[in-house]
Amino acid sequence: MIPERPTVAPQYSLYWRKTRALTAVLLLIWAGVSFGVTYFARDLDFEFLGWPFSFWMAGQGALLVYGLIIAGYAWAMDRLDQAHGVQEPEE
Amino acid sequence: MSERQAFKRQLDRVYAWYTLAFFLFVLMLAGLEQLGLPRVWIGFIFLLSTIALYAVIGIMSRTTDATEYYVAGRRVPAVYNGMATGADWMSAASFIGLAGTLYLSGYNGLAFVMGWTGGYVLVALLLAPYLRKFGQFTIPDFLGERYGGHWPRLLGMGAAIVCSFTYLVAQIYGVGLITSHLTGVAFELGVFLGLGGILVCSFLGGMRAVTWTQVAQYIILIVAYLIPVVWLSVKQTGAPVPQLVYGFQLEKVTAKEKLLTHDPKELQVRELYRQRAETLTEKLRDPAAALTADKAAAEARLTALREANAPSAAISAAEKALSALPRDVVSARTTWSRARDEALLKSRPLNGMAPHAQQYAGDPDGDADAQQAFSTSRRNFLALVFCLMVGTAALPHILMRYYTTPTVREARRSVTWSLFFIFLLYVTAPALAVLVKYEVFHTVVGTPLDQLPQWVASWHKVDASLMAIRDINMDGILQLNELTIAGDIVVLAAPEIGGLPYVVTGLVAAGGLAAALSTADGLLLTIANALSHDLYYKMIDPNASTARRVTISKVLLLVVALAAAYVAAQKPADILFLVSAAFSFAAAAFFPALVLGIFWKRANGIAAALGMVAGLGVTVYYMVTTQPWLREAFGITQPIALWWDILPISAGVFGVPVGFAVIVLVSLVTRRPSPKAQALVEFVRYPHRR
Repeated sequence: MIPERPTVAPQYSLYWRKTRALTAVLLLIWAGVSFGVTYFARDLDFEFLGWPFSFWMAGQGALLVYGLIIAGYAWAMDRLDQAHGVQEPEE
Repeated sequence: MSERQAFKRQLDRVYAWYTLAFFLFVLMLAGLEQLGLPRVWIGFIFLLSTIALYAVIGIMSRTTDATEYYVAGRRVPAVYNGMATGADWMSAASFIGLAGTLYLSGYNGLAFVMGWTGGYVLVALLLAPYLRKFGQFTIPDFLGERYGGHWPRLLGMGAAIVCSFTYLVAQIYGVGLITSHLTGVAFELGVFLGLGGILVCSFLGGMRAVTWTQVAQYIILIVAYLIPVVWLSVKQTGAPVPQLVYGFQLEKVTAKEKLLTHDPKELQVRELYRQRAETLTEKLRDPAAALTADKAAAEARLTALREANAPSAAISAAEKALSALPRDVVSARTTWSRARDEALLKSRPLNGMAPHAQQYAGDPDGDADAQQAFSTSRRNFLALVFCLMVGTAALPHILMRYYTTPTVREARRSVTWSLFFIFLLYVTAPALAVLVKYEVFHTVVGTPLDQLPQWVASWHKVDASLMAIRDINMDGILQLNELTIAGDIVVLAAPEIGGLPYVVTGLVAAGGLAAALSTADGLLLTIANALSHDLYYKMIDPNASTARRVTISKVLLLVVALAAAYVAAQKPADILFLVSAAFSFAAAAFFPALVLGIFWKRANGIAAALGMVAGLGVTVYYMVTTQPWLREAFGITQPIALWWDILPISAGVFGVPVGFAVIVLVSLVTRRPSPKAQALVEFVRYPHRR
């Protein structure tokens, strides 16, 4: 099941570099929403759809962003898999 | 592929019928209630029928095949794995505790909402697809294969058992509480009844039975959670989507908070509590003398009443007062200091609760103390969010679920579904907290005691520790600071607050039971698998047949379940703290080793083992030296020294970076991992590799 020799063809190493880049960008967004916005919660107190903005962010906005990150990642990785021919073989 | 689609369609059909049948069942009970079925019967019917349902699913899914038993045959479609993960994830603490925490601490409680959802970003991006590609059975499995040698596997196993066991005890405790509330049986009996429900399912069919039961449990718990909130929202705002409209209720709550803070009656109550706190502080200076004086006074009063031939009611009241005095100095000290703490809390505005929408304590523009309070509170909020997120992405019973999908692609999609199903509850809990607070502020506070809403009186009667009222200024009207509410009441009483029939209260309890049982199932399986697969099969007897491994796993399951039930029946102190501690432990032990194992080929076995020990060590050390209950358990007397004022619950914030640092540094000064380990890393990174 597991090959003994670590050999990676060039197009595959490009795939891995792109995967890492995508992961890093999405993690930055995640950190920005989780810790950046939250750090300035007291200052971001303006009204937003009836809520104080930072309250809405922590109670709903951040959760929506997390959902988008995860769904976007699944979608983008599917395309990346196809583009580099590393998708799983259909059984 | 088409076989998979057919399987999914079949599941869709089964669960659609199941949901319909469940609704009909609830409607039927509602009808019977109208015809006069007693409440306690409704409770029993809910309890027994849901447990019987889980048992039937367990029996139908019984198996002795290893792949079926450990990872449900790896053919759980993304949506259903998402639902099962949702049920696995949402414990009694999420279902019952979360809304209560939000009620009591407002914005600051949102750390739990963010932490318990944001962790799935880490699961999706860093772990789930790669673990699925690895495709074995447990999390210690990955550590063992990736890093080689016995140590990483053994440490992983130990950490998995410690985290899961503490968490499991809390779930079984929750099961006992809910069952005894629902049916009135004794707590211990409730524990063992619930245990039966857990065991019959995971014992017979392992992961396969647990998965299909968890899907059924998710449906019950989400329906049970949403109905009262939607109803309450319709009642208050006319809109059936509480998540979209509770902002306006929050505005009204905030306005009312301003009024209550300066209300003369509230000020009077607070002043009375301030005086009481002062008296108690005075007494605590010399408890022995104060106790003697109290006793003498009470006895004198009793004698005086008897001599004056006072009415017998007055005499028996005085007798009661005398016998209610603390027995000795030790118990006097604990009783009085508890009473003093309560009085101090109640001398503060809004019953000691922070204004609901206020971010963090203190004030960044205030004096030095207020600024200090603000930055400490904000730092702790961020640290807690970090620990909960990283902990979520490291709890073995959650990660294990992603072994059960058919492909890597399905694993990625399955995390999206997991978050979606979790989101439904977590986005509703803050709404529920605000709606209940609105209700309390507007229909309970400021109401004459004899005209309080029905639910206040009934919960007051059920359990005085959940809801207590004391008219300290004796004006016959309830002030906010005269009302003591435990967080759990927010969810438990929500149906009655909305004026729904009792059957919905039973439904909510069944939902809480489903939440606790589903989590307990997943945890129990994690522990039993760690022991049977990682310890027995991989280390003791690698030639064991699959049937033998499954049998051993089942026996262990029974032993672990009984041990956990035994511990839970002792009612260990501070159980909520233990649950939160499990997150910090898991975060520090697993997260660095797992992530570096996938993303950094250079990470090697000795570094991983040392990193896990160091990360966990720092976390445990910090917790043991700073958490009052653990300090007492370990007999630590040196003064508490907090690092950057971080509370013990967030100890993982130190353990995780230490774990990463140790793994990186030690790896760099020791040998490269073997070609086999590097090949494994390549293998998990590319979905097509066989």
